[in-house]
Amino acid sequence: MPDMQPPRTPSPWRAPGLSLRWWPVFLRNLLVWRKLAIPSLVGNIAEPLMWLVAFGYGMGALVGEVQVGGDGGARVPYILFLASGSICMSAMNAASFEALYSAFSRMDVQKTWDSILNTPVALDDVVLAEMLWAAFKALFTATAILAVMLALGISHSPKLFVAWAVLACAGLMFASIALIFNALARGYDFFTYYFTLVLTPMMFLSGVFFPREQLPPVMHALSGWLPLTHAVELVRPLFMDQWPAHPLRHGLGMAVTTAATYWIALALTRRRFAA
Amino acid sequence: MPGNTGTRGLPHNRAMDVLFEASGLRKHYGDATVVDGVSFAIAPGECLGIIGPNGAGKTTTLRMCLGLTTPDGGAIHYQPPGGGPLLHMPQDALAIKAQIGVVTQFDSLDPDFSCEESLRVFGRYFGLGHHTMDERAPRLLEFAALTHKAQAKPGELSGGMRRRLSLARALVNAPRLLLLDEPTTGLDPQARHLMWERLQQLLQTGTSILLTTHFMDEAERLCTRLLVLDQGRTIAQGAPRALIAEHLEPEVVEVYGAGALGLAQEPALQALAARTEVSGDTVFFYTRAAHPLLDALLQRPHLRTLHRPANLEDLFLKLTGRQIREEA
Repeated sequence: MPDMQPPRTPSPWRAPGLSLRWWPVFLRNLLVWRKLAIPSLVGNIAEPLMWLVAFGYGMGALVGEVQVGGDGGARVPYILFLASGSICMSAMNAASFEALYSAFSRMDVQKTWDSILNTPVALDDVVLAEMLWAAFKALFTATAILAVMLALGISHSPKLFVAWAVLACAGLMFASIALIFNALARGYDFFTYYFTLVLTPMMFLSGVFFPREQLPPVMHALSGWLPLTHAVELVRPLFMDQWPAHPLRHGLGMAVTTAATYWIALALTRRRFAA
Repeated sequence: MPGNTGTRGLPHNRAMDVLFEASGLRKHYGDATVVDGVSFAIAPGECLGIIGPNGAGKTTTLRMCLGLTTPDGGAIHYQPPGGGPLLHMPQDALAIKAQIGVVTQFDSLDPDFSCEESLRVFGRYFGLGHHTMDERAPRLLEFAALTHKAQAKPGELSGGMRRRLSLARALVNAPRLLLLDEPTTGLDPQARHLMWERLQQLLQTGTSILLTTHFMDEAERLCTRLLVLDQGRTIAQGAPRALIAEHLEPEVVEVYGAGALGLAQEPALQALAARTEVSGDTVFFYTRAAHPLLDALLQRPHLRTLHRPANLEDLFLKLTGRQIREEA
């Protein structure tokens, strides 16, 4: 018999495959979502807006203005402070939810991924599609909230266009991180840990609700490395019609986090499917 | 093309006839050997059935054929019809999958799509655009007897309809080879017969089929050749009738009822059968000529007898034993 050489199992850590075959998978998710878009839109923006109204106007009346960037930093109305932070949080939550619960449904419960893997679409393409799809959902949510914020007159800065691009990148980053947990999950319950033990603390440490300068020095230093901090530090000044103080540090932080976590998520997903 | 993997190594006529070939497949998980040296070849228009008890290695073999599991040894080739270079699994997985269709054991239909949308979405994975699917989708729905359900979602379909939709979906790329993992498990007799009829149609038009099944009537009806696996090894292979002739006496007399089991110990009866087996409360006499045995059994009118030709199920049980296999 020819070629009895055993094929070697490729390493799950090999470089991610990139091709345009992610598109039909992305389109599939879009077609399903289109049927549920309106109710999902309401759900996606109603909650963040409630936070904004309750905290922004309620707490804002008590807090007044907040100083950002430590001593000598600019003072901003609390509603603007909160709006710029919470929109990052909404992008994070939307991407995470999609890349955890929804992706897991498609991967494990509905076996959608399995049926796709029987066609000329590779696992790398499916994972890339899910990542981009979750980022798209995050951007969609962020866009809707941004529209409401514009209507409420919270910010009119032309730099919001840049903020919008940063939010898109935040979607990519949080989708990639969440896909790591998707690859490790045995059931939906696992995601509760991720939300309560990872995302919720990050929300409080990344300067969404109060300036990070309020944190004890060690926590403050550590919080500078959190993914959400990068996004907030970039988006907030743009809401205030200023340029970020450290665009390179935070931009690079997001880019490296995204690339690294995407690679890890892909490797773990390959391992999961290699059985 | 790497090394000696071309068609040169194969006898000329075989290289022409083989569409898909697996040779010496091996797979182990830890210490457990799941597939141990399984080889087979499928010609165009041929239906090869893989049968075996639970845990025999059927599903792992199929997964290796699809490049979803990397074998520890052996090779899998696909020869595109009409020439073209030999394709290898798993290196050329996507090129091979573009030419095959798969129906998995468990439905993986999208609950949110209608039958027609399901086909169109699936076609897109094969790079098939609107124009192609405008023409193919109605034909596939008609083939699956689902034209009247084109706009229905899987939740509104019966089990048989869902299986036929899975089959239609596996046909969007006009595959040369279909891989079917237990295609009729859980279907009622009508739905099974309709499925068989459709699969026969596909075979007649030159599509090849590789299927696993637990139903011996299905294997006998559809398969040109069978591969019997047990504990990862091929324990028999050949055409269904030839296998039965090779391993079994042509006739079987089943006897059951009160006291039937005692018959198996009676020398007078044993002498009339080539082989005697007991399973549950039934005695099976395998014989080349059943009439002397049936005459002897007439003396015991309280027992019920069934005289029938030996079938694939007898073969299967002879080769793999009668004890229950736990789920692997």
